[in-house]
Amino acid sequence: MIFTHFKRITRTGFVNFWRNGFLSFSATIVITLSLSIFGALIFGSAFGRALLKEVKNKVDINVYFTLDAPETGILALKKTIENLPEVAKAEYISRDQALTDFKEKWKDNSLILQGLEEIGDNPFPAVLNIKAREPSQYAGIAHFLESRDSDMIEKVNYNQNKLIIDRLGRIIPAAEKSGTLIAILFILVAIIITFNTIRLIIFTARDEISVMKLVGASNLYIRGPFVVSGIMYGIFSGVLTLILLGAFAYYSDVLVVRFSGIQGSSDLGLLANVFSSYFLQNFGQIFLIIIGSGIILGAISSYLAVRRYLRG
Amino acid sequence: MIYFDKVSKVYPDESIALDNVSFGVEPSEFITIVGHSGAGKTTLIKMLIAEDRPTHGTVFFESANVHKLRKSDISKLRRRIGTVFQDFRLIPNKTAYENIAFAMEASGRTDSEVSSDVPHVLELVDLGRKIWNFPHELSGGEKQRVAIARAIVTQPDIIIADEPTGNLDPINTFEIIKILQKIHKLGTTVLLTTHNRDVVEKIGGRVVTMEKGKVIRDDKHGKYVL
Repeated sequence: MIFTHFKRITRTGFVNFWRNGFLSFSATIVITLSLSIFGALIFGSAFGRALLKEVKNKVDINVYFTLDAPETGILALKKTIENLPEVAKAEYISRDQALTDFKEKWKDNSLILQGLEEIGDNPFPAVLNIKAREPSQYAGIAHFLESRDSDMIEKVNYNQNKLIIDRLGRIIPAAEKSGTLIAILFILVAIIITFNTIRLIIFTARDEISVMKLVGASNLYIRGPFVVSGIMYGIFSGVLTLILLGAFAYYSDVLVVRFSGIQGSSDLGLLANVFSSYFLQNFGQIFLIIIGSGIILGAISSYLAVRRYLRG
Repeated sequence: MIYFDKVSKVYPDESIALDNVSFGVEPSEFITIVGHSGAGKTTLIKMLIAEDRPTHGTVFFESANVHKLRKSDISKLRRRIGTVFQDFRLIPNKTAYENIAFAMEASGRTDSEVSSDVPHVLELVDLGRKIWNFPHELSGGEKQRVAIARAIVTQPDIIIADEPTGNLDPINTFEIIKILQKIHKLGTTVLLTTHNRDVVEKIGGRVVTMEKGKVIRDDKHGKYVL
């Protein structure tokens, strides 16, 4: 009997969904808008994370060595630094490499290259480029380097970068907190809009519900088909939202490249194709979030909206 | 079978819908309740199907106090009562077949019972050709016949018909009354409310007359005195 009940409830829910075409269409559109808010939050947070990563990547500290510093000593220091838990990456640029890089960079400027030749010797010091895991950790790394009091170290450029590092240290947590608050606010708005739309739809069916009660249908038997229809609104809205998000992901990347005046998307660094690659890489997770939210929103809204007509 | 014991209903605005009403309905009886609009006929029926609660008094269905039943038992009670209303109360987005099938499904009947009984009962009310029509595709008389088919398909203990002919022309009115009499002859108790003198005279039988919420007459042989 339970199976028969389930079958009848599901069938009635499906039939009602198709027969109430205009109402189902309206509910699907409203839930799609709500789910698009979820999608916008997912993309917004992905873009924010990519942006922060990009900015964090641009921040580093450089250790400049004296011209006579031995390479073995520098490489030993590099190894020590790499073992620090705060350090994400340490890159050694030898004096010869620095000279080659300089020449490559200014190969079209004969004046500069002539000036370099007049100096005669290689004027560039060896450099150790260090990237920390978090911007707040640069102070500790700089302090560690300065406290070594090594004769090899000419200069650590932490103080020049200190301003931007400190600002990032404050901005990132604030951006994360306000992003979470805005997300919660938007999610609440989406839930309220969806709930009210479904409540209106069920309001139009209140006479139908009273007839069902009159013939002795149980609350489960009355409520079930409405919940099934609610789930269908959620599934259709979810699919529609995924199509919209996919289209947005693709076209926004194309537009960013077109309007930024950049020749190739590779010039955008980590921000290149941020939406489309995020969408493709996390499609399974996005699918579950969007379709799942749609189903939950539709089912719970219908369940609650019918409840008031089942009293008495 | 049914007993209204000193039932009163007073609404919050202090209007009195029922005033100390007491009478009983025996099994297999055909009872007609007559009275002008606002006499309390519909309120009485709402009490019986637990759509409303009395302010004082008790309504018994067999030995059960209707207003002390749990929600699930109210659903079971309603499955034992077939109801027909003036405004038909059909589900608009279901066909004639589906409206009747819904009542059977709600009563826990199997799919094979539904598929055999619904066409049969629609034939009984002479609507075999309109089985797949939606309510908006049916005339008033046809809608009422679907409502009667829905009321009888679960073979209830009693049929309650609240002004079932109120929206119908004279021909359809007497068609509906004939169907109700046929159901009664098969042994089902029928409780009918009306303010149509011709209907009362056609039926004969017991007539309870109500006025301003009170029972003012209870005649064993149909009399319309208003």
